[in-house]
Amino acid sequence: MDLSVINPLLFIAGFLVAATPLIFAAMGELVVEKSGVLNLGVEGMMITGAICGFAVAVETGSPLLGFVAAAIGGALLSLLFAFLTQITLANQVASGLALTLFGLGISALLGQSYVGVKPPRLGDINFGPLTDIPVIGPILFTHDIILYLGIALVAATWAVLKFTRAGLILRAVGESHDAAHALGYKVVRIRTMAIMFGGACAGIGGAYISLIRVPQWTEGMTAGVGWIALALVVFASWKPWRLLLGAYLFGGITQLQLNLQGAGVAIPVEYLAMSPYVITIVVLVILSRDKSAAPASLGRNFHASS
Amino acid sequence: MIRLEKRPEPSRAVSLATPVLAVLATMFFGGLLFMILGKPPIQSILTIFWEPLFGEFAFYYRPQLLIKGAPLVLIAIGLSLGFKAGIWNIGAEGQYIMGALFGAGLGLAFYPLDAWYIFPLMVLAGAFGGWLWAMIPAFLKVRFGTNEILVSLMLVYVAEQFLASMSLGLLKNPEGFGFPGSRNLQQYDAAFNAELIEGSGMHWGVVAALIAVIFAYVLLTKHRLGFAIRVTGEAPRAAKFSGVNPMRLILFCMGMSGLLAGLAGMFEVAGPAGQVTIDFNVGYGFTAIIVAFLGRLHPIGILLAGGLMALTYIGGDIAQSNLGLPAAAIQVFQGMLLFFLLALDMFTNYRLRFGRSAEAV
Repeated sequence: MDLSVINPLLFIAGFLVAATPLIFAAMGELVVEKSGVLNLGVEGMMITGAICGFAVAVETGSPLLGFVAAAIGGALLSLLFAFLTQITLANQVASGLALTLFGLGISALLGQSYVGVKPPRLGDINFGPLTDIPVIGPILFTHDIILYLGIALVAATWAVLKFTRAGLILRAVGESHDAAHALGYKVVRIRTMAIMFGGACAGIGGAYISLIRVPQWTEGMTAGVGWIALALVVFASWKPWRLLLGAYLFGGITQLQLNLQGAGVAIPVEYLAMSPYVITIVVLVILSRDKSAAPASLGRNFHASS
Repeated sequence: MIRLEKRPEPSRAVSLATPVLAVLATMFFGGLLFMILGKPPIQSILTIFWEPLFGEFAFYYRPQLLIKGAPLVLIAIGLSLGFKAGIWNIGAEGQYIMGALFGAGLGLAFYPLDAWYIFPLMVLAGAFGGWLWAMIPAFLKVRFGTNEILVSLMLVYVAEQFLASMSLGLLKNPEGFGFPGSRNLQQYDAAFNAELIEGSGMHWGVVAALIAVIFAYVLLTKHRLGFAIRVTGEAPRAAKFSGVNPMRLILFCMGMSGLLAGLAGMFEVAGPAGQVTIDFNVGYGFTAIIVAFLGRLHPIGILLAGGLMALTYIGGDIAQSNLGLPAAAIQVFQGMLLFFLLALDMFTNYRLRFGRSAEAV
């Protein structure tokens, strides 16, 4: 075992990258849950975004177009969930599971001819002299634009939810859909938009894995990140900044276990690979006592007649 | 204008008809999908649903129906108990793996002893392994209120890593020339879950699945606990007033589904699969979720749905080798089925009304 092979600067820069898919997927789900909808299909939307983004990036040669396609792919898939839960009033848990199963299948189908292909690289933003600042430079200023967009997304979501009328309406729908309906807000329309936003974010998160983090396509490559994102929303008590913190924590753990695997620690690889999932459970246990922050209408379906 | 109107009572007839309609819709849209993939749609559908039952090689495929159907039914029966009561164990895949590891591990520990009691002990160990793995989310839910969906699912990934570790380490065949995977239990008579009747596909797992169906049917219709499950799902507050203990119900439903999933894994690894390998699990735990819903969470329905889903697996394999249909297409096909089912389910509780309603001015 040789821990000195772990470069602390690369490690920190690495965990910012590892956290980014989580930030996107969990941020999208946070908005969805704030509107009172529980979408368990994050994993399915992520993997669909991963392949849509990958395929388009390879075909067009443009990673950014890939990310756009990933957002569209994720949003389209989430539309299925919106139809099931908002129009046909199906059970949200079952519909979310269906979305995940379907997404895993459809992505495997779409991705058949892309196994082993190398995607075009998205270059880092050129910060000029900033990159040369010792310590801070390599950590903060050597990333691609999507990573910074992820942080901007957190700030924007926080501001919109807290300070704008749109955010207030979204929260009202999530807290009491009947009251919001009585005030004349279109509950179904607002929720559908929130679901599509969540789908688009999950799609981008998935594409970040297939285009930047790994970067290649393999079946089922999101490997539970979508589910960890769901746990992260609970961890964050539906608060954007806490979510960012949580994502960095999980990104750090993921990166650390990968680095330890590389350093040849005496712990078998499989047990290191388990650790993010085990820690997710532990964190869920510690934080699950307090449910007061959850939107009051979370998981309940709305029909104007009832 | 078309509106939805709530039915005063859920319709039983519609509830029974929706699975059939969902299957038909899936066949139609699945056919379209196959057409887009450049495969002959009608021939593909026939290959999946007709060939295994009545085709030229049906004698070979029919036993497969039992082999593939048994684990699905076994797992789905367990899941349906929880789903009925609003307890969501979606980590059956992990419990299936743990059941297989416990069962196979015990059997391999006795190798090469030849004794009658080894197989029964393996059955117990398999059931225990699955139960134990399901008790983790159940206990955390009861004790700390942790979300059982997320915990049970996280444990699937943990179990998969554990499986990898076991098949490369502790359970690896010492005479396997360094290849990953355990000894083949099919070559170890005392531990082999052999066919009960040669060439029928009937092994102990099939028997267990049938017993589970009967057990669940009796439990749900005749026993107090079954009543508690049903009333909790339909009206949780009413259940509390009628003296149902929700904690015990969670422990029972999760434990039962884990136990059955563990059994399924154990019968599979000791029989048709034969070996603990890294990728010995093929997703039965997830497909069983579809089976449970397709069967309307009813034991008899699940039996039928398990058969149908087994058919899509076998037919899918045939279509893969005969028509070059990608394996993922079958996965999409199965996912589609769940979608249609959930969407059509609306008509159980609501009906469509055309034109304006009288009271709405």
